[in-house]
Amino acid sequence: MADDGMLHFHVPEPEVRPGGTPDFSNVTIAAAGSVPRPDIAVDPRTIRDMAFSIIRVLNRDGEAVGPWAGLLSNEELLQGLRHMMTLRTFDARMQMAQRQGKTSFYMQHLGEEAVSCAFRKALQPGDMNFPTYRQAGLLIADDYPMVTMMNQIYSNEADPLKGRQLPIMYSSKEHGFFSISGNLATQYIQAVGWAMASAISNDTKIAAAWIGDGSTAESDFHSALVFASTYKAPVVLNVVNNQWAISTFQGIARGGSGTFAARGLGFGIPSLRVDGNDYLAVHAVAKWAAERARKNLGPTLVEYVTYRAGAHSSSDDPSAYRPKTESDAWPLGDPIVRLKNHLIGLGVWSHERHAQAEAEILDTVIAAQKEAESHGTLHAGGKPSTRDMFEGLYAEMPPHLRRQRQQAGV
Amino acid sequence: MPRRTMIEAIRDAMDVSMGRDDKVVVFGEDVGFFGGVFRCTQGLQAKYGKSRCFDAPINESGIVGSAIGMAAYGLKPCVEIQFADYMYPAYDQLTQEAARLRYRSNGDFTCPIVVRMPTGGGIFGGQTHSQSPEALFTHVSGLKTVVPSNPHDAKGLLIAAIEDPDPVIFLEPKRLYNGPFDGHHDRPVTPWSKHELGEVADGHYTVPLGKAAIRRTGSAVTVLAYGTMVYVAQAAAEETGIDAEIIDLRTLLPLDLDAIVASVNKTGRCVIVHEATLTSGFGAELSALVQENCFYRLEAPVARVAGWDTPYPHAQEWDYFPGPARVGRALIETLEA
Repeated sequence: MADDGMLHFHVPEPEVRPGGTPDFSNVTIAAAGSVPRPDIAVDPRTIRDMAFSIIRVLNRDGEAVGPWAGLLSNEELLQGLRHMMTLRTFDARMQMAQRQGKTSFYMQHLGEEAVSCAFRKALQPGDMNFPTYRQAGLLIADDYPMVTMMNQIYSNEADPLKGRQLPIMYSSKEHGFFSISGNLATQYIQAVGWAMASAISNDTKIAAAWIGDGSTAESDFHSALVFASTYKAPVVLNVVNNQWAISTFQGIARGGSGTFAARGLGFGIPSLRVDGNDYLAVHAVAKWAAERARKNLGPTLVEYVTYRAGAHSSSDDPSAYRPKTESDAWPLGDPIVRLKNHLIGLGVWSHERHAQAEAEILDTVIAAQKEAESHGTLHAGGKPSTRDMFEGLYAEMPPHLRRQRQQAGV
Repeated sequence: MPRRTMIEAIRDAMDVSMGRDDKVVVFGEDVGFFGGVFRCTQGLQAKYGKSRCFDAPINESGIVGSAIGMAAYGLKPCVEIQFADYMYPAYDQLTQEAARLRYRSNGDFTCPIVVRMPTGGGIFGGQTHSQSPEALFTHVSGLKTVVPSNPHDAKGLLIAAIEDPDPVIFLEPKRLYNGPFDGHHDRPVTPWSKHELGEVADGHYTVPLGKAAIRRTGSAVTVLAYGTMVYVAQAAAEETGIDAEIIDLRTLLPLDLDAIVASVNKTGRCVIVHEATLTSGFGAELSALVQENCFYRLEAPVARVAGWDTPYPHAQEWDYFPGPARVGRALIETLEA
């Protein structure tokens, strides 16, 4: 900055814009296996450097290496691969259904499948996630029925939410999946409150909060960290850094802090960064954080470093603000390809079996889609009633709403 | 029957509720060890422990946001916002989260929280300790809004609010904490110990949400009021000698429309009084409802007496406050119309 006696206003910019050559040379990536795995009772002050590194398990040859490896059996890894493949296929079909006018809106996970699929397997029954709109892997990996998800997306007659919510704003208490608001960051402090309640009740359940890189700028993120830190709430504070908040690169929310994990340091919260495209690393770190929470050691902040390979939503066109080939240049690769190669290296998977699994999954998703569409889509077939619009706002309908329902003729 | 101040009645409501249901937790700024700046939670931490009553960081969105999470877990949080004027950081959590959780999840998750907050002026609190934001809550689908006017009701309504399965905003007129203030700021206030509505039964009882009370029967004009304005209206009626029927709404949403319509159909005239600013205030809703439901029985335009459309000033507090003189003039004009 020129020292010309005047003040100069600073607005951060991404390295590259459309037309430029993608360049991630500034992203420092620790070698797989190089970051130590501390004891869960570690003094947070002694692991501050972990907020600036990246925990990785799968190396470039597809081998699982280092102290965070070895937690999952081959069976569990194969299951994890299937979950991620299912989520990707589900997304592709629903994205297409949106383009066909069967619903108004869709949000896919392309490139981020490992984060929610692997995290889910680190939790126990009864634990509660407070997700954003890009964690449907929590449901897929918990065997929530795909048909029910699609019914919600189509807002059809079988939609468990009666057509009241935007597509993909699922809710399932039974599957530990808190109702998605669509109103960014609000769920972060609610997760902390849920965890506080579990501790107040001397329960054993923990909560998991979810937020994207962009929404960490909201004041609710700060509220959540204050409360989690003060009350040592049994909560895992997840930040999914997929580099882009719609068109805004992560530097706008991150400011000068270096990483999102570093936000936790001022609160005395152990803060880790992990390779979000490495199923094994995500699971291992999630497990570590969940164990801390369950042992009364308090919150952990985890930043998942990943890349949003697709558009923000069905209403977004990323080519307007980032190079088209940027996702190919992303140095942490694709989570499905990486786990697939790892399993092939272990001798428990093959390209043929993978292709076969892809075909099977596609059949399953299409069958679910057919069943869901038999209950209607947004503009055709069975749909929730006008009466449903008035129901369920209060436990007991107050007189003024009853009058309005009568006026509406239902 | 024991007599209590409104502060003691509110404390007793929380005490009774916490004693009956260990899911009830109380927290907020200065609420724990100290017992709240107005002392409404005094002794609760000592009696029920730090897990049930505790101090919160100065972070209203955090207080309400964490309460929503606790309610989703299965607790029944009753939280304090130190002044209603401080609730704005929590407005997002209240309006888009607490209010809609049951609806958007189709009952999968619910939000039985109570958010208490002292409201109204009259204590030289200036613009940030005097506001009456009730209309900002009644405009939100999914919330219930309660404004008690005396210790008996405050206890019964607060217990009902805590037991309610949905989020309730509980606005406590701070000028009524120690007595039925009628707007005559130059005279001493009668303490609740000398007022019949200061009689507060021990133990558990409820005053149902959504039911108004007639504080003074009359035939000349109906006055719709709540909170402090109930006593201001009573003073105005007595000082003008006008035979006003004064309805204390107690709950603004759900509203006891039947009580309002019955009274206005009887008197044919209606004056609405609130301390909040006039424009788009709750009086506008009341006025519209009276017009829609009682038009052919009205003999005069519906009048509104409210705070002026300015921030609540400090030095000019009593010029701003809609006291008995202004209410009295509105009663006379409505009768002469």
